Amino acid sequence: MGAEGIGARVARKEDKRFLTGKGRYTDDMVVPGMKYAVFVRSPHAHAKIRSIDASEAEKMPGVIAVLNGQQLLADGIGNLICGWMIHSKDGSPMKMGAWRPLAHETVRYVGDAVAVVIADSVGEARDAADQVVVDYEELPAVTDAVTALQPGQPQLHPEAAGNLIYDWALGTSEADTDAAIAAAAHVTEMKIVNNRLSPNPMEPRAALGIYDSAEDHYTCYTTSQNPHVARLVMSAFYNVAPENKLRVIAPDVGGGFGSKIYIYPEEIVCLWASRRTGVPVKWTSDRTEAFLTDAHGRDHVSTVKMAFDSDNRITALKVDTIANFGAYMSLFSAAVPTYLYATLLSGQYAIPAIHANVRAVYTNTAPVDAYRGAGRPEATYLLERTIETAARELGVSPAELRRKNFIRSFPYQTPVIMNYDAGDYEASLEAAMKQADWAGFATRKAEAEKRGKKRGIGMSCYIEACGIAPSAAVGSLGAGVGLWESAEVRVNAVGTIEVLTGSHSHGQGHETTFAQLVADRFGVPIDNVSIVHGDTDKVQMGMGTYGSRSGAVGMSAIVKALDKVEAKAKKIAAHLMEADESDVVIENGELKVAGTDRSVPWFQVALSAYTAHNLPAGMEPGLKEGAFYDPSNFTFPAGCYICEVEIDPETGKTEIVQFVAADDFGNIINPMIVEGQVHGGIAQGIGQALLEGVHYDPQSGQLLTASYMDYAMPRADDLPSFQVSHQNTPCPNNPLGIKGCGEAGAIGSPPALMNAITDAIGNNDLTMPATPQKVWAAVHATH
Amino acid sequence: MYATNYHRASSVADAVRLKGASEDGKYVSGGMTLIPTMKQRLAAPSDLVDLRHVAEMKGITVSGDTIRIGAGTTHAEVATSAELKAACPALCHLASQIGDPHVRHMGTLGGSIANNDPAADYPSAMLALAATIVTDRREIAADDFFTGLFETALEDGEIIVAVSFARPERAGYSKFPNPASRYAMTGVFVAKAAGGVRVAVTGAGSNGVFRHGGMESALAGNFSPDALAGVTTDPSDMLSDIHGSAEYRANLVNVMARRAVAAAGAV
Repeated sequence: MGAEGIGARVARKEDKRFLTGKGRYTDDMVVPGMKYAVFVRSPHAHAKIRSIDASEAEKMPGVIAVLNGQQLLADGIGNLICGWMIHSKDGSPMKMGAWRPLAHETVRYVGDAVAVVIADSVGEARDAADQVVVDYEELPAVTDAVTALQPGQPQLHPEAAGNLIYDWALGTSEADTDAAIAAAAHVTEMKIVNNRLSPNPMEPRAALGIYDSAEDHYTCYTTSQNPHVARLVMSAFYNVAPENKLRVIAPDVGGGFGSKIYIYPEEIVCLWASRRTGVPVKWTSDRTEAFLTDAHGRDHVSTVKMAFDSDNRITALKVDTIANFGAYMSLFSAAVPTYLYATLLSGQYAIPAIHANVRAVYTNTAPVDAYRGAGRPEATYLLERTIETAARELGVSPAELRRKNFIRSFPYQTPVIMNYDAGDYEASLEAAMKQADWAGFATRKAEAEKRGKKRGIGMSCYIEACGIAPSAAVGSLGAGVGLWESAEVRVNAVGTIEVLTGSHSHGQGHETTFAQLVADRFGVPIDNVSIVHGDTDKVQMGMGTYGSRSGAVGMSAIVKALDKVEAKAKKIAAHLMEADESDVVIENGELKVAGTDRSVPWFQVALSAYTAHNLPAGMEPGLKEGAFYDPSNFTFPAGCYICEVEIDPETGKTEIVQFVAADDFGNIINPMIVEGQVHGGIAQGIGQALLEGVHYDPQSGQLLTASYMDYAMPRADDLPSFQVSHQNTPCPNNPLGIKGCGEAGAIGSPPALMNAITDAIGNNDLTMPATPQKVWAAVHATH
Repeated sequence: MYATNYHRASSVADAVRLKGASEDGKYVSGGMTLIPTMKQRLAAPSDLVDLRHVAEMKGITVSGDTIRIGAGTTHAEVATSAELKAACPALCHLASQIGDPHVRHMGTLGGSIANNDPAADYPSAMLALAATIVTDRREIAADDFFTGLFETALEDGEIIVAVSFARPERAGYSKFPNPASRYAMTGVFVAKAAGGVRVAVTGAGSNGVFRHGGMESALAGNFSPDALAGVTTDPSDMLSDIHGSAEYRANLVNVMARRAVAAAGAV
């Protein structure tokens, strides 16, 4: 490891511009003649549109156009789609209702867009939007998925009878699982609710559509985690423009957490409106729109049975989950409660029989899709709350019950598709318990009791699947795309290097870690390495960043390209030094003949490649190589989190007094950035468990948590100082041995915290978020 | 935000004149409530009359047993005033708990009590300290000033210039913040003075800030947390929302009151 190579704690190159306010985000983009879009949105959760009258609005100062869904339809713009096909257990395909970018017949959630005003300024557009008269015929609404499945409830889409999108199953047969449960010595049963979350990236969504009539070409600046996928989908499904005439640029993007994977109505409408009006059109979400329309996360209601034999070994797991999809199927939604959730229901445990059933349901709420962890937090929460409860029921220590059931030999085939490649769950558990001084807890609890506080401790042993994903495997499971990644390494004539990656950084630090990888290989300073991403005109097709895939998949593609560059560079160097290429090694920025004092500097090799005055016979000039990498398996980060809390029984307020994270992420490029990812993930997990929750009024379908006055985001003083450590087993299936770290914190932390709180208060009947009011009521209920 | 006309007032009289000349003007001081409300288009004053540069509304003076705080004094100034710390530290503590540093350096005492948000902190202190609200035209007892949710006795165009109150023998404030907004889900200010004990509750009451008669009686004879043990708060008078049920708030009133009394040091 050099000072800037693999394993070094290099400060992030990109932070200078972010921290000094010099980042360039979509809303910072200004082009000549640019105008502003404001959307007219439904105030009703469910209604028929009788008519839209824009005649007054069109006369308002500064207004260029008021456009509606009929015009969009007439211009041939397609429906928004879900890109992952799930089949129900009866073999029928999922029932996808139409999602129009601008609703022209029916609105299905508060915030559904029905028209757009284009004007000289945002203020004028907003004034005019207020004057668009939409005549609605209100319909009854349903916001809760369990209720929406009942007979007699409002029906959202004619395609989905009973609001049921699919009824899907995975794993061991239900009969065999039931038989194992019937034969068990003990069965723990629970109802598990995973609360709905709002993603809240710091930068709200935005889009700038620019139509060039002279070239018949479109440019779209947008807040995207995957600009190439946005271009593909907008071209192939929404008929905005052919791919070769559509450039999508995702410049600096301020956080996504999944919510910026998807293609939303607004970017499509901005491009279309630019063609209709002949002016560039920019839209920037305000925070209220973000709460209303950004794809939400989670929202599962499950029942679970976990069966044990008389030796406390788990013999079977049966899970029935109802997943709320909101009003429309978002781009990735179908995969989240199926192949990203049920496939992880074995956790870290050897469970011979697992049966999972999942029903996906439409409701009159914002669309729900992947949010940091996407399915794995839901699986982990369900499993880890259940095994903790089982330990309490069985009267055994939670650590011992987990130890007894750990998977200990690899590879391990679960009953739910996944084949775990490597791991050492005991190592993480031991490390976490030691760090947390688990043995000293009783003393601390007694001391807290004297101060009138209830102290509790809880753990969570999580596993997740990252590095998505082997393309053929996901294709067989219904994915509409492959999930490989691409890279191109361009060595310039003076030896500086550009890496074009299909990954997209929106806070992850790619400009630093990817440069460290190159610096490590060629011995050049990271300042000489630039990472280029986020522009379909600059970068070859790539699949973007989500699912903790940029290290395991994106960097693996870079490694493949670096291998090719290195091979060619060595050939050139060998030719220049009149040596055998197999004797050439790269050290400290030079190519040397091993064991001699003969060397050529890196820049000299690069220059030779481009002058082409003296290359090996038949060699093409230049030093630039590309690669596509398709992973052979998922990766499986895992770890153990321990949380210790003190509850004030008089107010129900929870104070987190200790939080320990022991993770196995495989090999690590930059430990500082990895720790930052863990800190952020844990903060989000604590947010889910303690503070956050989207609430809709069940009758009106109005969003009650539409601002930070009512939606509680975690603040620094809600969080303790995290104690983070790593016990790494390298991933055997990619060249760098990386597993991924972006989501682990958000996956592992909620059950650890809820297990700690329920331990403290002696009442297991508690749902997330464990607000002071709920904890107080639960404390009160036990007395 | 809708367009509005901005005016900077140089004196109280100037402010009254400017607002009187406007179509539908509003006074603005720190603007910590009004400006976000305007940005949301929930308020659309034709004119804003800025009170931040009116010298006669500034400053904290302690003369003998009388404390006077200019309405334009920021929360940060109240929180850090050495004179006030010596005379009524509970009020400094209260101010130090409002919002965040940004809010405390912009928001003012006068703005807070004129808005009378049912979850604001200051109204409870004004009631418990039996403060006098001094305006450009009269003096109003705190008991008569706070008339309901976001409602006060202020007439159209009337400006709060200052508040004054007698130095209490003991006073304490305890607040349980809403986890999202950090406004008071319940805040209780207790004060023991020559005139007796007064207990005022903010954040919890369904009709805004209120005095708690049961607690005042219980504390009159025995100013200690234990004296509150048997006092009840009727949940039917409490607010209820997604953050806290009426029962929970009724509980918080009693818990915060005990803690306020425990925190009330002799001055």
